[in-house]
Amino acid sequence: MITLTVNGRRRRYAGPPFKRLLDVLRQDFGLTGTKEGCGEGECGACTVLVDGKPVASCLVPVCQIEGARVRTVESLGKAARLSALQKAFVERGGIQCGFCAPGILMTASAGPAPKSEDDARRKLAGHICRCTGYVHIVESLMAARRKK
Amino acid sequence: MTVLRPRGAAQALRMYARRPDAIPLAGGTDFMVAWNAGERDGRAVLDLSAVREWRGIRRTAGVLSIGALATHAELGDDHLVRRHFPVLARAAAAVGSAQIQNRGTLGGNVANASPAADTLPALAVYDARIATAGGGGRRLQLSDFLIGVKKNALLPGELITAVELPLLPRRPDRQLFRKVGPRAAMAISKTVAAGLLWLDRGGAVRELRFALGAMAPTVARLKAAEEFVRGRKLTPALAEEACRLLDQDVAPIDDPRSTAAYRLAVSRNLLREFLAPRF
Ligand SMILES: Cc1cc2nc3c(=O)[nH]c(=O)nc-3n(C[C@H](O)[C@H](O)[C@H](O)COP(=O)(O)OP(=O)(O)OC[C@H]3O[C@@H](n4cnc5c(N)ncnc54)[C@H](O)[C@@H]3O)c2cc1C
Ligand code: FES
Ligand code: FES
Repeated sequence: MITLTVNGRRRRYAGPPFKRLLDVLRQDFGLTGTKEGCGEGECGACTVLVDGKPVASCLVPVCQIEGARVRTVESLGKAARLSALQKAFVERGGIQCGFCAPGILMTASAGPAPKSEDDARRKLAGHICRCTGYVHIVESLMAARRKK
Repeated sequence: MTVLRPRGAAQALRMYARRPDAIPLAGGTDFMVAWNAGERDGRAVLDLSAVREWRGIRRTAGVLSIGALATHAELGDDHLVRRHFPVLARAAAAVGSAQIQNRGTLGGNVANASPAADTLPALAVYDARIATAGGGGRRLQLSDFLIGVKKNALLPGELITAVELPLLPRRPDRQLFRKVGPRAAMAISKTVAAGLLWLDRGGAVRELRFALGAMAPTVARLKAAEEFVRGRKLTPALAEEACRLLDQDVAPIDDPRSTAAYRLAVSRNLLREFLAPRF
């Protein structure tokens, strides 16, 4: 039995200890916001925060998350009440197909806000987006920062 | 499948002695890629992530001891590593991405023994020793620990506990870390270089240490070039001769990431620039 906190809620998990955190979130806890892109740690789509830090949930067996605090994109806002960061992405075209967004939003919400566009690009270096060309994503991040 | 989850060092060694067929697991950033691809099916796993004794970074008499389970993010942020071993701090910050640095460990990078691993040239120029436990426990020079492509000298039941770096007697006058790849993040290096250079008052070379990754089956110190420049004044001709000698200690290959010719050319450029006279 593994206990962990997901988006502020205590959860228990009793399945195979080596199931990927990504699959436990999606299949066992019904949190399908987190996406699988590559399954190899390369694309960043599956990024969630573990104890406040971005990690690739496709590379983490759930047994290593015992007792940890996990945050997924579902913790940011609801469709009717988006967070400032999510709104900025919608308004500035930081989202097209949206597949990369759950991961990018989690990395963007970890740690201090970027100081410059360069800083924002460095922060998001572990994410791949096939649609936007990144310019709008960086603009979204900078816009959300101004609103804070 | 069996997952062994020791809560401490002693328990980890006991469990591993009983099940030497188990595969050690640290941050999982190498292991899980293979696991997800089905390449480790049916194997037992020894998950070290809850072993506290092998985390953390400590300074003892003349040595910085970095726990095998210290993550790249911890190394990049640690003030002792940044002050005394800045080339290693920069190497750690060049591994993969934030997500990889938050899970991947120094012990895992060393044990995995990839020719292109980014921390290994930094460890090579700092004369790192690999401390192990299980079967008595040993201290191995990095060059004795890495015995081939993805092959290390660990015996059944033996684990890396720490990487030890002797503190440098004096600050280098020049230091270099440089990773050459198609992009800054998430790229396996075509070549990766670390360098330290000490000059004497007259401007002659007191000592050069230069190491290259992805240029041979294991990380290579440029012994011929290091010997040649000792005691000589830095001149363009000296740098040129050191670059000519570079291929005595490496044997790059063509692979999907690069060609031997490109790797040699770019490595020579890095060494030439590092040794260029500066006024
Ligand atoms: C997307 C991606 C990008 C990457 N980019 C880079 C990069 O830019 N540069 C780079 O150098 N690497 C890179 N890597 C490789 C990897 O992240 C590093 O090698 C990392 O340091 C491995 O550490 P780990 O703790 O995750 O190891 P694990 O995956 O847990 O283990 C790796 C191997 O080491 C063994 N092992 C681990 N700890 C010990 C121990 N204490 N004693 C004995 N054996 C042990 C394991 O059995 C396993 O065989 C990347 C990986 C991914 C997935
Ligand atoms: S799905 Fe995990 S990084 Fe791509
Ligand atoms: S919006 Fe489609 S992948 Fe980024």
